[in-house]
Amino acid sequence: MSYLPKPKLHHPTLPKNALGYTRRDYEGAISTLCAGCGHDSISAAIIQACWELSIEPHRVAKLSGIGCSSKTPDYFLGASHGFNSVHGRMPSVLTGANLANRDLIYLGISGDGDSASIGLGQFAHIMRRGVNMTYIVENNGVYGLTKGQFSATSDKGSKAKRGAVNTDEAIDLVGLAMQLGATFVARSFSGDKAQLVPLIKAALLHEGAAFIDCISPCVAFNNHEGSTKSYDFVREHNEAVNRLDVILGRQPITAEYAPGSVTEVTQHDGSVLRLRKLAPDYDPTDRVAAMNYLQERKAAGEIVTGLLYVDPDPTDLHANMGTVAVPLNRLGDAELCPGSAALARINAALR
Amino acid sequence: MKPTDVRNPDYFHKVVDCQWACPAHTPVPEYIRLIAAGRYTDAYMINWHSNVFPGILGRTCDRPCEPACRRGRVEHEPVAICRLKRVAADNKEDIAARLPPIPKEKNGKRIACIGAGPASLTVARDLAPLGYEIHVFDDQAKPGGFIRTQIPRFRLPEEIIDEECGYITGRGGVVLHMNRRVGSLKAVLAEGYDAVFVGTGAPRGRELEVPGRKEAAANIHIGIDWLASVSFGHVHTIGRRVIVLGGGNTAMDCCRSARRLGGEDVKVVVRSGFEEMKASPWEKEDAMREGIPILNWLVPKEVLHDDGRLTGIVFEKVRAEYDAKGRRSLVPTGEPDVAMECDDILVAIGQENAFPWIERDIGLEFDRWGLPKLDPATLQSTIPNVFFGGDAAFGPKNIIWAVAHGHEAAVSIDLFCRGEDVRNRPPPEVRMGSTKMGIHEWSYDNDVSLDLRYKVPHRDLSQSLRDITAEVELGYDRELAYKEAQRCLNCDVQTVFTASLCIECDACVDICPVDCINFTENGEEEELRQRLKAPAINPEQALYVADGLKTGRVMVKDEDVCLHCGMCAERCPTGAWDMQKFFLETAKPKARQPACAL
Repeated sequence: MSYLPKPKLHHPTLPKNALGYTRRDYEGAISTLCAGCGHDSISAAIIQACWELSIEPHRVAKLSGIGCSSKTPDYFLGASHGFNSVHGRMPSVLTGANLANRDLIYLGISGDGDSASIGLGQFAHIMRRGVNMTYIVENNGVYGLTKGQFSATSDKGSKAKRGAVNTDEAIDLVGLAMQLGATFVARSFSGDKAQLVPLIKAALLHEGAAFIDCISPCVAFNNHEGSTKSYDFVREHNEAVNRLDVILGRQPITAEYAPGSVTEVTQHDGSVLRLRKLAPDYDPTDRVAAMNYLQERKAAGEIVTGLLYVDPDPTDLHANMGTVAVPLNRLGDAELCPGSAALARINAALR
Repeated sequence: MKPTDVRNPDYFHKVVDCQWACPAHTPVPEYIRLIAAGRYTDAYMINWHSNVFPGILGRTCDRPCEPACRRGRVEHEPVAICRLKRVAADNKEDIAARLPPIPKEKNGKRIACIGAGPASLTVARDLAPLGYEIHVFDDQAKPGGFIRTQIPRFRLPEEIIDEECGYITGRGGVVLHMNRRVGSLKAVLAEGYDAVFVGTGAPRGRELEVPGRKEAAANIHIGIDWLASVSFGHVHTIGRRVIVLGGGNTAMDCCRSARRLGGEDVKVVVRSGFEEMKASPWEKEDAMREGIPILNWLVPKEVLHDDGRLTGIVFEKVRAEYDAKGRRSLVPTGEPDVAMECDDILVAIGQENAFPWIERDIGLEFDRWGLPKLDPATLQSTIPNVFFGGDAAFGPKNIIWAVAHGHEAAVSIDLFCRGEDVRNRPPPEVRMGSTKMGIHEWSYDNDVSLDLRYKVPHRDLSQSLRDITAEVELGYDRELAYKEAQRCLNCDVQTVFTASLCIECDACVDICPVDCINFTENGEEEELRQRLKAPAINPEQALYVADGLKTGRVMVKDEDVCLHCGMCAERCPTGAWDMQKFFLETAKPKARQPACAL
């Protein structure tokens, strides 16, 4: 960690986005995580994605639980709303915030302990409710804050820093998210920003429950031989199914692709996800096939990354509940409490 | 691209832009840190070893370091390097004990230095501690050369010149022959010196050749001669209306001096445009601050006179035209000529070398511009034991170049007197060491100051204009000096990368405030420069390339706007980045250790 703040001076040619902000304007406080932590790269990717999308920082609410990963919202989007909740309880706080104000962009940041151990129930329910959000798990497979015990996502058979072998089965958050109805599911690696940044952009634009499982090596406790979440292991076993370009508005196609090598998915907001196929026949809109493929490749010892599943036409919690388009927190007393005549009508309808 | 060879001292030297740009290669960031630490005497000695005249140069240097300063590329203005040097000189303690001792026992070699300006005095300073007997000849009463005669007292008080010349001439080993004009090189050579150094400057002011010049001669003065007369107190007044011709620093000194000697309406008239003027921007600013207008694109055509008395001067209006090769010519615009009335004209349109005292039949060859034929590296002339330096070598430059020549000539003379090949130049002395003190603690202050350049306080204008000896610049006080020193980016604390330790976690890429670090596929330099995180658009600045990474990619760092803040090294989990202080001192003549007797 560093005591000094990052110097304000920046590169003289640093570009500005449509709002006139530079990438540096999307930064937060300097990180207090260990040097080399994968989480810092994910923070940098979030900063890059939000800058590229020209998101107004005050329209973002970033929420987190407890853990190394859950500290990171302090390190990006310094001008956004932030909420550091109780351990494992970020999903319910996020759900509540989303119900109260559907106009904000919700970004949930969690870790493997926060989401797969203490918060597994909360994780399950936010996915099945289809809350419109981007949920990122910074997955290092280890309890870093308590010095290196196995977490619930540590692979069976992987080794701890002191040599102990994990005998428990790992929870596969990607599989769970797909099974529980998340409409955008991806896996990525903190050490591959070229893959991660477009995925975060696409997730932020997705109007439903978007989940990214991001493998993020813990340099202090889980970057040794025998670990399956180390920089070296992930680089060696990373099998990307596709490469994503997020296309906003009417951008002309500049690159030429061989026929059949590109899939385009138009999301509800009009953005186009252009997927360059790396695994032949992989169809990210076919949930069942995707789940089968993931199981099969996992058994072969590969770490499958990329945009794994996307529903181009998702529904979300508000659609399911039929709430009004105006955020609830902006309704006045008259709308929220329409009086006894309205109550009588509702009661009559239930008789 | 090929991996960068950081063992070549030139690589990291070039990263220290100020030091690289300085002709004498003064280790600038090192002395600036010492000033910030309040160690003024140490800061002075770093300067003294490298540029010999810190107090003089801290007021008068042409400062090639400042346009080169990295700070100027990161924000608006460079660090005020020159004025910080003066702070070291102003605040130092007695340095007598720190000067190299002059041996009582001489080495038997006698060297003649013709001229007592900065080049000759540098030769004397470098060689006297080695036991050489140096004889310095000059036609003036005191040493210093143009430093003493040309630079007005309101820019450089005489006691500073006395002090810094005294460190060289007043400690033995140097014999001064003042008030002695050397009339013949042949005669000097006949006296059997082991080597002769010619540092006689460019002593002749260029003449104005227009009709009326001779008739009005009484009120037309050659700038450098007039400045010398002012300096010696021979001239106390000038007319009310003065026109200064020329756009160099001498013109600026002339007009500001004239302003102090009774010139109320003083103008500078220049052939070229304002931007193209040779004068340093700050000297132009100082002149204009004193109410002196600078008029451009006017070429003198005719001097007006009445009954042998100067009445004015006529100028032709011109503009610049460039040919296919980019050469400029001034062509008349066709507009009516401009006539200006005046009482005196000061001509400061350039200086020329003059060697009337060097016989043309003694084997010393000159080129077609009248300059001696020299080996540019060794400064040796066509007579093997005659060396040149300063303005006498390659035409008019400035003090810091004269000092740099002096050092090189001293190395040559020492090699020559030892019977060695003068072209066999000794390498610079280079030291590098880590500044790491703890996980995030360094032996330099890596907190980058956001302050803008501090202005040097000036004496009140009305007071300055009344007294030609009153120094205009008052210099930074210690507090201002500290704040200005903190603006230095410590470019000599180098980012050194060890690929074998790197795990490619991107921590350095993410933290770098100026986006200069990249991990990418290798390529040709031109193409690589374009696809970095921030395009490397300054081709003057090197890319630091390292291979040997596990993924087969290369680390590419654009040195251009690196803040040397050390964040990359603080965030690096494996110590692949280290902040190492680079210290380079150019080779000086040194006493050789006697060979070990076996």
